[in-house]
Amino acid sequence: MTAADVSLSVWRGDANGGAFVEYTVPADEGMVVLDVVHRIQATHAPDLAVRWNCKAGKCGSCSAEINGHPKLMCMTRMNTFGPGEEITVSPVKTFPVVKDLVTDVSFNYEKAKTIPAFKPKPKEADGTRRMYQEDIERVQEFHKCIECFLCQDVCHVIRDHEENKPSFSGPRYFVRLAALEMHPLDTNDRIDLARAKHGLGYCNITKCCTDVCPEDIHITDNAIIPLKERIVSRTYDPIAWALRRMRGKPADFGAGEPEPPSA
Amino acid sequence: MAEYETHDYDVVVIGAGGAGLRAAIEASAMGVKTALVCKSLLGKAHTVMAEGGIAAAMGNVWKEDNWKVHFRDTMRGGKLLNNWRMAQLHAQEAPDRVLELEEWGALFDRTKDGLILQRDFGGHRYARLAHVGDRTGLEMIRTLQNHAVHRGIDVFMECTLYRLLTEDGAVSGAFGYWRQSGKLVLFRAKAIVLATGGVGKAWKITSNSWEYTGDGHGMALDAGADLIDMEMTQFHPTGMVWPTSVRGILVTEGVRGDGGTLKNSKDERFMFRYVPDFFRGETADTEEEADRWYEDKRNNRRTPDLLPRDEVARAINAEVKAGRGSPHGGVFLDIASRRSSDYIQRRLPSMYHQFMELADVDITKTAMEVGPTLHYIMGGVRVDADSTQSTVPGLFAAGEVAAGMHGANRLGGNSLSDLLVFGRRAGLYAAEYAKRVAKMPRLDDRQVDTAATGMLAPFERTEGENPYAVHSDLTETMHELVGIIRTRAELEEAITRIGRLRERAQRVGVKGSRVYNPGWHLALDLLTMLTVSEAVAMAALMRQESRGGHTRDDFPKPDPEWGKRNVVVRRRDRQLVLKSEPLPEVPAELRPLIGEDKPTGKVALEPVAAASAKE
Repeated sequence: MTAADVSLSVWRGDANGGAFVEYTVPADEGMVVLDVVHRIQATHAPDLAVRWNCKAGKCGSCSAEINGHPKLMCMTRMNTFGPGEEITVSPVKTFPVVKDLVTDVSFNYEKAKTIPAFKPKPKEADGTRRMYQEDIERVQEFHKCIECFLCQDVCHVIRDHEENKPSFSGPRYFVRLAALEMHPLDTNDRIDLARAKHGLGYCNITKCCTDVCPEDIHITDNAIIPLKERIVSRTYDPIAWALRRMRGKPADFGAGEPEPPSA
Repeated sequence: MAEYETHDYDVVVIGAGGAGLRAAIEASAMGVKTALVCKSLLGKAHTVMAEGGIAAAMGNVWKEDNWKVHFRDTMRGGKLLNNWRMAQLHAQEAPDRVLELEEWGALFDRTKDGLILQRDFGGHRYARLAHVGDRTGLEMIRTLQNHAVHRGIDVFMECTLYRLLTEDGAVSGAFGYWRQSGKLVLFRAKAIVLATGGVGKAWKITSNSWEYTGDGHGMALDAGADLIDMEMTQFHPTGMVWPTSVRGILVTEGVRGDGGTLKNSKDERFMFRYVPDFFRGETADTEEEADRWYEDKRNNRRTPDLLPRDEVARAINAEVKAGRGSPHGGVFLDIASRRSSDYIQRRLPSMYHQFMELADVDITKTAMEVGPTLHYIMGGVRVDADSTQSTVPGLFAAGEVAAGMHGANRLGGNSLSDLLVFGRRAGLYAAEYAKRVAKMPRLDDRQVDTAATGMLAPFERTEGENPYAVHSDLTETMHELVGIIRTRAELEEAITRIGRLRERAQRVGVKGSRVYNPGWHLALDLLTMLTVSEAVAMAALMRQESRGGHTRDDFPKPDPEWGKRNVVVRRRDRQLVLKSEPLPEVPAELRPLIGEDKPTGKVALEPVAAASAKE
C-alpha cells in the first residue's frame, strides 16, 4: 500500500454468515466510500453486491454502516477518516442480509402499503387549489425523505427486537403519517391508526432517527412529537372520549393499547 | 432447458421512473391486469434525481403563457427535428398532468396567491417550470409511487428484463432475471410498455446511474422495432468537474434560471459571444440588458446563459479548448454575486448541500466549477405520436426511451412533463390494445431457450476477462470519439473499436453465484450498451450536418435537407441497418406558431472558429 492507496474492510457474506475482507485500491481526489467500493468491484471483486443509484445523496440507495454508523456511502468522504484509520463497511443491521452490503428491505415497502392514501378536499370555487407557502413548508420538510431507511436501521425498537416489527412501522412511516396528517388538502384521519397499527407509542423519543437522517429532517421534533400530541388530545381528552361514546365511534381500530416495547 | 418462473399479465410496464409509474397507474385504472417491473427498488429510478422542474404552460406566473408558446419553444429548442404532433400533445396536456400530481398529494412551491410557482429555464420563453426547490423529481416520483402502491399494482422490484419475445411479429412477453436471487423469470403479456430511460453509462462523464444501459433501446431493436434520432445525445452543460470522483454529477439548470451566470477564467460572461442567429431575436446582447431581464422580463430579452443546452454545452467546450477554462477543466457558474445566501439555500438546497459535502465549496460565497456531462438521449424508439405504439404491434414506449418529442435537443423541464404526458398515453393505449387481444399469446420455447442460454453463458467462462475492464474501455471510446464535437474519421474509428469491444464482451467471465452478482449483471448490460453505442455512432456518421445534440466538425452548419429527415436504425439479420426517412410535416396551421421555418446562419461554434473548437 502506498500513500496513493486506500484500504477498506468490506463485509462479505450472506444470510448464513460472513466476514470482513480488506481491500486496497488506488485513491482519487475527493473519493467517497462508494467510490472505493466501486473500485473494489472493478478490480478485485466483480461479484461484490451493493445498491446505489444517484451517487449524490438524492436516491437513498447506498445505505450501510460505516465503522458501525448508519450512513449513505455516497456522502461519506474518505478524507473524514484519519490516515491509517481502519474503515469498515457493513450492511444495515435491522434488515436481513441478502448478500454483502445488500439487505432485504421489503419490511418498509410492506409498511408503506398499510398507510391510508391521500384524500383531498374539494377544489376551490374557481377550480383551483390554493395553498400558501408558509402553510406547506412543514410538510415539504417531510417530503425531503429519500427513503434511505437509515432511521429505520438505527431505531432501537426494531434494531434489536425482530419481534416488534409486526406492530411497529418505524420513523420513516411516522414521517409519512405526519406528512399526510399535516397536508393542507388531506381529509383522511390516521391518528388512531398511528397509535393502534403503526405503534407510535413504542417510540420513546431518543432522537436516534433524527441524528442519522441525511436530509436533516427533524423526525422526532417535527413529526413524531406532534403526532403523539394529537393522539393524546384525541385519546385521552375526556370530552372527546364522551363524544365518541355518544356517537358510537370506536376509539381505535380494535388493536387496543400497544404492548410495551421489549426494549 | 433452464428453469424459470412464469407470470401472466395484460400489460407489463418495464421501468418504474416517472413514465413507467404513470403508465402503470393508467393501465391499472383502465381495469387491465398490470405489472410494473424495475431494476432498482421502487422510488430510486432516475426521475428521483431530476432537479429543476416540470415544464407546463399553466400561466401562473406569466398570463401570456399558453400551449402554443410552449409548443414553439419545444420545436425551436429541438431545432425543428421534433415530431410536431408529440410536441403539440405534450404542450397541451402538461398542465393537466401537473395538476393531477397535486390531486395525488404533491406539494409544489407556491406563488404569493397560493398557486403553483413556476421558474425560468433554458429555452422557455416564460417562467414555466413547476418545482419544489431543486428536488422536483423526488416529489414527482414519490407522489406517483404512493399513488401506484395505493392502487395495488403488482410491482416486481430488482428484476431485470433482458429480451422481448414476439409471436407473429407482435409482442408476446419479456424474459429476464431477479437481481436478488439470479433466478430467471418470464412474463407473458398482451402488451408491453418500455419506460427504461437512456444509455448514459456508455459514456465516461455522465450524470446517469448504473441503470442507464439502454435496455429498452436494445430490446426494441432485437424485437424488430425502429429507432430514430440516435445521433442526438444531450450533454448537459453543467455537471460537476471536481473533485475527480464526482465528475459528471448534475448541477441543475435552475442555478441559471434563478440568477447564476457562466464566466471563464478571465471573468468574462462568455455566453454573449455564442448567441446563434436562430435565437438572436429573443436573447439579450449586452450584460446590462441581461441583468435587467432578471427584474423586468417584459421589457428586456433573456440572458444567453439560458440558451438551450446544446448551445451552452458547445460554448463551454469551446471556452475550455481555447484555454479560458477553470483550474479543473470547466468554467465558472456564479450565483453568489447576484443572490443572497438565504435565497440560494432556499431555492437550491440540494446544490448547496452537494457542493458543500462533496467538494468543500460554499456556493453562497464562491463560484462552482462546471462542465458538460452526458445527460440524456433524444433518440430512441420510433412511436406513433398519439398512442406511443412502436413499429412492433403491442410494444409501446414512453419517456427517454421513446424518440421524436424533443427532436435534436431537449429543453430542460420538458423531460418530467414528457414522462407524465406520454406515460399516461402509453398506459392508456397499451391497456386498450390488451383488451382487443383475445387470449394470452403463445410461448415460443425456442426464443425463451435462446435468451436463457445467452444470459447464463458468462458463468461458463470463469477465466474470461473482467466485464468492468471492457465497460471502462467502452466509456473511454464513446467519450473520446462520440462526444460533443464529432468527425467522420473519429466516428469510423469508434465503430471499429466497438466491434473489437464486442468480441471481448462475448468472452468476459463471471465469478461467484447468481445471487446479487453485479459482475454478471454488467456482463449482460455490456452487450446492450455496445449495440446501442454502435447505433449512436452509425447514426452520427450518417447525419452530415450539425444540429442540436449532434455537432459535426466536418459539417459545422445545419443542412436544410437533413432538417427534414430522421435517421432510422433497424436490426435486420443481426446487422444494424440505417436509412434516412422524411419527418412528419408540420401542418400549415401550426407553422406560424413556430416562427421562421428553419434554423438560419451559424451554429454556436463561432465566434471561436469551428476548426479551433477541436484540438
